[in-house]
Amino acid sequence: MMTQSISAMFEALRQKLGPQVQSVRADREDEVYVLLRDADIRPITEHLRGEFGARLVTVFAEDRCSAEGVFFNYYVFEQKGSAQYLIVQAPVRSDTLEFPSLSAELPSANWQEREIQDWFGLKAVGHPNPRRVALHDNWPDVYPLRKDFPLETVLPPFEGERHIYRPAFGEGVLQVPVGPVHAGIIEPGHFNFAVAGEPILYLQLRMFYTHKGTEKLFEKIPIHKAVFLAESISGDSSFSHGTAFCQAIERAASIEVPLRGLAMRTILLELERICNHVADIGAIATDVGFVIANAHASRLKETLVTLNEQMTGSRQLRGMVCVGGVRRGWDQAQLNTLRDTLDSFAREFRDLISLIDSSESTRDRLEQTGVLRPEKARALGIVGVGGRASGVDLDVRRDHPYAAYPRYSFRVPVYQAGDVWHRMQVRIDEVNESIGIVRNAMPDGLQREFRVPVPSIPSDRCALSAVEGWRGEIIHWIRTGPDNHLQRCKIKDPSLNNWPALVEAVQGNIIADFPVINKSFNLSYSGTDR
Amino acid sequence: MFKILQKTVSTGTVTANYPAEPIKISGRFRGRPSFDFDKWKDARPAAEVCPTGAISLSDKGDSRKVTVDYGLCVFCGLCAEASSEQAVRITQEFELATSDRRNLVLAAEYTLNADRTHRGLRKVDRKSVNVETDVESLGKKARETIQKILGRSLAIREVDAGSCNGCELEIVALNNPVHDVERFGIQFVASPRHADMLLVTGPVTRNMELALLKTHRAMAEPKVVVAVGACGISGGIFGVNYASLGSVDKVLPVDVYIPGCPPRPQALLHGILLAIGRLAERLHDNRAG
Repeated sequence: MMTQSISAMFEALRQKLGPQVQSVRADREDEVYVLLRDADIRPITEHLRGEFGARLVTVFAEDRCSAEGVFFNYYVFEQKGSAQYLIVQAPVRSDTLEFPSLSAELPSANWQEREIQDWFGLKAVGHPNPRRVALHDNWPDVYPLRKDFPLETVLPPFEGERHIYRPAFGEGVLQVPVGPVHAGIIEPGHFNFAVAGEPILYLQLRMFYTHKGTEKLFEKIPIHKAVFLAESISGDSSFSHGTAFCQAIERAASIEVPLRGLAMRTILLELERICNHVADIGAIATDVGFVIANAHASRLKETLVTLNEQMTGSRQLRGMVCVGGVRRGWDQAQLNTLRDTLDSFAREFRDLISLIDSSESTRDRLEQTGVLRPEKARALGIVGVGGRASGVDLDVRRDHPYAAYPRYSFRVPVYQAGDVWHRMQVRIDEVNESIGIVRNAMPDGLQREFRVPVPSIPSDRCALSAVEGWRGEIIHWIRTGPDNHLQRCKIKDPSLNNWPALVEAVQGNIIADFPVINKSFNLSYSGTDR
Repeated sequence: MFKILQKTVSTGTVTANYPAEPIKISGRFRGRPSFDFDKWKDARPAAEVCPTGAISLSDKGDSRKVTVDYGLCVFCGLCAEASSEQAVRITQEFELATSDRRNLVLAAEYTLNADRTHRGLRKVDRKSVNVETDVESLGKKARETIQKILGRSLAIREVDAGSCNGCELEIVALNNPVHDVERFGIQFVASPRHADMLLVTGPVTRNMELALLKTHRAMAEPKVVVAVGACGISGGIFGVNYASLGSVDKVLPVDVYIPGCPPRPQALLHGILLAIGRLAERLHDNRAG
């Protein structure tokens, strides 16, 4: 599908699917929109998946009632080996507000379709579990992402129903509720385990405790301020989300970021990856009792966040990325610090890994723990670290190149075993690759221009932007509006895809291993809940 | 085993001695922006770029009230870039925690020229933040309080009430070998029943409101509440909306506010030490009463 010209693609889709296909347009070379005449997404989904092995990237809705008299659903697809995103735009029937659900076939659509139900008041017909997800069960019937719902609405105290978990029956079977406030210093979410003795039968998740109206808020604040909101989508991925957002604006307004800006972004994206991977490696070791490894890992992380501060003024790389490039250039002294810190880090990281490798008991606890089989990972639509440890060979840096990545070569580690050990192994390999990328990008970080002036952003343009955050595929989709504002901003953090992986991986494991399995995915609650 | 010992010995001690000794921080770190109200000829550019409305203006006729709220500040540095007369300067100060929310707000009134620039400074309500700066003695006092009154340990329960996880990363960093809060006898505990202090991040989402209240209720008296970060203090960039209540003190009585986005570990430690003082006062009151 994706190597054809637009007119050939239109003809081919017409032939296959008939008059349901209204038009095909390419907003950019790698961003093609197929407009349908109705909401029935099933025939084209079947066609794209069957013929081309396309993968559903994300699903979201937009209220276009005042502009076009209709709600639209958008379904983003990608095909292995093509940099193009195919976005199917389907109008939802105005009288019934119903659209057909894909969740039974494509579990990755599950929460996203329910978000559309909760936020827009549209109905996913045939959804296997259509209950509330993003607004909890006790909320009144409000549809906050509709245009006629004011952001500032203060709702009265909630008096609605409580969430009812699926019960578990059987001799010796009991349910263990955990959260939303967890034992450690982590984000809130509720886990309901059904256990038979030690082993976990199944896990029910209830998220969205940190839902704070982020997507709606993007429609209210001007674009230059919204960059800071993007940095607060998921605190450990501030630079990735900030970059994804700026890229979206740059694509919509055809802004070309100079090479130095792109190289600096690439370096900072990789520093964010290294930081978080090292912390996770330490945390995985802690969760199986190897605390000395974590002491070293967290010490190394501290040297990296200190480096972050030297490079950007912020330990979490905030306030650096901007539309048009980056806010400040680097001088030679900073690049020397970067090089020296990275050199000593690389040595220390080798020591840390050899420490972990020398601990037989650690390996014993991590191997065969929390297994996610490759066929399951593919069926569930898992992305990022969790996917690559289970044979899902996806990486936005390679598949949909952005920033300065095409200039540097790197390897994408993929394993088939899908256990905690291999999720850690993916991280170890990626840290080493990232060090290489940063070293290669450093000379490009000293070119002249790092930022271009930003013109007023044209209204009513759509743009999709993708970034491989350290966790996996981040998608931002925007529609610009008048006066440098946005009409819609959809955010898909990789966590949204990956929670079902956790549910799958814990089954049959003992409850005491849950923390380490959870840590091996380390998903973002705030990125999920927004 | 030998490898582990060898690595430990070769690494040596990495723990910093803050607050007994000042910390070394990068000259590029963005701390508190300071405002030279006399020099400020036009507050509009800074207010215009501020992402959270920490700098706000209200014009009435030919007078303007400028309000600066460090409780909303995300320390992005845009205000300093925008003010051409260099009336706004980014400093390296980060010890901003205070027990009085009003301490974080500066205000000044100007008379205006016809082009809406400042003609003269009429009055300044507060020139700079009035925070506890003698951190060294604060540290000593806290240590004594923990030693004598709290039975050598202070237990903190942390609750994320809708944060982006940025504050959590810095709170976790307090436990790393460099910052190591256990040297004060401070530890983070799993159960609110064991906790003396509740450390809350995030703008308090509607979906976390009840869990936060229940956690607080489960704590034994005397207890203190600390609101962390721009979101915890003021809602930060999220503010008040259909899903966010917009600050911890809308739900709980807050004893100490720690500004930052997120506050660096030393800033958190400074705020926690300050809150220990409050806890000591309360213990004393309880005994006297």
